[in-house]
Amino acid sequence: MSEKQPPVLRESATFDRLTIQEIQRAAETGIYDIRGGGTKRKVPHFDDLLLLGASMSRYPLEGYREKCGTDVILGNRFAKKPIHLKIPVTIAGMSFGALSANAKEALGRGATIAGTSTTTGDGGMTPEERGQSQHLVYQYLPSRYGMNPDDLRKADAIEIVLGQGAKPGGGGMLLGMKVTERVAGMRTLPIGVDQRSACRHPDWTGPDDLAIKIAEIREITDWEKPIYVKIGASRPYYDVKLAVKAGADVIVLDGMQGGTAATQEVFIEHVGIPILCAIPQAVQALQEMDMHRKVQLIVSGGIRTGADVAKAMAMGADAVAIGTAALIALGDNHPRLDDELKKLGSAAGFYDDWQNGRDPAGITTQDPELAKRLDPIEGGRRLANYLRVLVLEAQTMARACGKSHLLNLDPEDLVALTVESAAMARVPLAGTRWVPGQGY
Amino acid sequence: MKTIDLSSASVRDFNQALHDQARQLDEREWLVSNSGGKHNLAVGVNQALDIVIQGHAGYYCAGMNQQANITVHGNVGVGVAENMMSGSVRIKGSASQAAGATAHGGLLVIEGDAGARCGISMKGVDIVVGGSIGHMSCFMGQAGRLVVCGDAGDALGDSLYETRIYVKGTVKSLGSDCIEKEMRAEHLEELAELLDQAGFAADPASFKRYGSARQLYNFKVDNASAY
Repeated sequence: MSEKQPPVLRESATFDRLTIQEIQRAAETGIYDIRGGGTKRKVPHFDDLLLLGASMSRYPLEGYREKCGTDVILGNRFAKKPIHLKIPVTIAGMSFGALSANAKEALGRGATIAGTSTTTGDGGMTPEERGQSQHLVYQYLPSRYGMNPDDLRKADAIEIVLGQGAKPGGGGMLLGMKVTERVAGMRTLPIGVDQRSACRHPDWTGPDDLAIKIAEIREITDWEKPIYVKIGASRPYYDVKLAVKAGADVIVLDGMQGGTAATQEVFIEHVGIPILCAIPQAVQALQEMDMHRKVQLIVSGGIRTGADVAKAMAMGADAVAIGTAALIALGDNHPRLDDELKKLGSAAGFYDDWQNGRDPAGITTQDPELAKRLDPIEGGRRLANYLRVLVLEAQTMARACGKSHLLNLDPEDLVALTVESAAMARVPLAGTRWVPGQGY
Repeated sequence: MKTIDLSSASVRDFNQALHDQARQLDEREWLVSNSGGKHNLAVGVNQALDIVIQGHAGYYCAGMNQQANITVHGNVGVGVAENMMSGSVRIKGSASQAAGATAHGGLLVIEGDAGARCGISMKGVDIVVGGSIGHMSCFMGQAGRLVVCGDAGDALGDSLYETRIYVKGTVKSLGSDCIEKEMRAEHLEELAELLDQAGFAADPASFKRYGSARQLYNFKVDNASAY
């Protein structure tokens, strides 16, 4: 008896179902796809590195008994009042507008409990955020929405944003459904406009101008506040050198895995470089200027675990920043929201329509009813818990490597699992002394 | 009157002395000599002072000004009165690029010409220019009024929001979504008031008004070529 076999369908590697769907969507709508988050493609990342624990040649520290310091001082190059954080995990810049006021407050609360800083975004400083944040970094962006000298003086540090990892070279975007009366008022915009932020600063061009701009902000704030410069990772070796020359106290380097509230999908997936290959370039630039550890380096873009924290610091970062992970800690993409997310055409674990303001978690929304769902006190507690876990995990690994402070981790504690990651991170391929591009 | 000679005093000392006035007002009138084109003069002032700078100033003169009335007897560099919140700034000469950039309030008067991007991203300030302005002026202007007694360069008011622009002379070209609009009685009235505040004798009726067509406020496929 013969039975007909079902045909084996062959999916095109070039025109796979996702690609076909996107072509069909583009043909129907005539406009590019906009979404939130960072790159979803697999890129070389910290998962491709391993830490070398101590054995005979290195001496480990006792796991729960011997001290492993976690504090970090940021901005002591020029600022009279540098920031002293208890942990080297900071909260990245995210705007009120992109996020609800409750979410911003929760970030401030969580960061303060954990002893770290949080950061404003493209839209100004809210009283809730300032009130709940012990250490608040005030972003100075091309749009200058909500920028004013009173808030500048209230800030603990100022971050001049040149770009972000999700979209180096691109400006921000906030679609009309999130430009409510309060958001529009803070940004001096008509209610409901699809807000497009400029991609370049309006009153300076190039590194020589930036030096004067940094001096202006220092003058306005009487040289008290640390000045950070945030760069979207694309050419970090040159960008870091120019930012340091311009007078930055701190460099913030954001890789392509870093999230955005709303940007074109094609931009998120195809512009910028992974944080793994950006860090060594930045560290090299700092070392060549004798500025490593003098101008601090904060890195971001895909930090999820204490292992990521430890590996980033072993590569030479002074601290890391988290954005997407912080939102997940607050409740973004929680399984309990699966039914509601499915009604929005998504599912828990996949939701990235942060631009449309319908987030059932109450985080990436300005809808008052949805926003109420996030309790800022409970959200802050969850974030603080998560930050504690990140630090405990990083300490565990640092002690295993024999380090009495997270800042003592170094590239010799690392090996790579793949040739690509070895070349990018500039550490040996595991089991060899081979660093691709640097010979034996 | 307090006098500051910038051939001997540093910019830091000068600005600090001005900032100290916000905590305790000791002297309302300030005269600055030998400015020498220095950058960041009188930035971050937050007190109703009268400051006169005798000579040229560099970048960001009067940046983020609050309350003070600042007069420069010379030319100024990039970003004069950038992000000003209130008070007034008067430039007796000409200004470089980005004059009044992102400023929220107050009055900026430039008696000469202003370079490119005058009033870029302005957020409520009033700017009155006695001469002409350069290209891309009032790009993404959000609020406030820009008055130009001379000519305007290319792409005036590109991607404009709610700033109202008045130009007496020619406009080389308008930017995306910026159109000429009817000059109604209320516009003639506010223009006359602005010219009067600036001390210019021009006839309001000789100006044309430009503003946003508001076609780019929300993304539409049909407008793709304008973005």
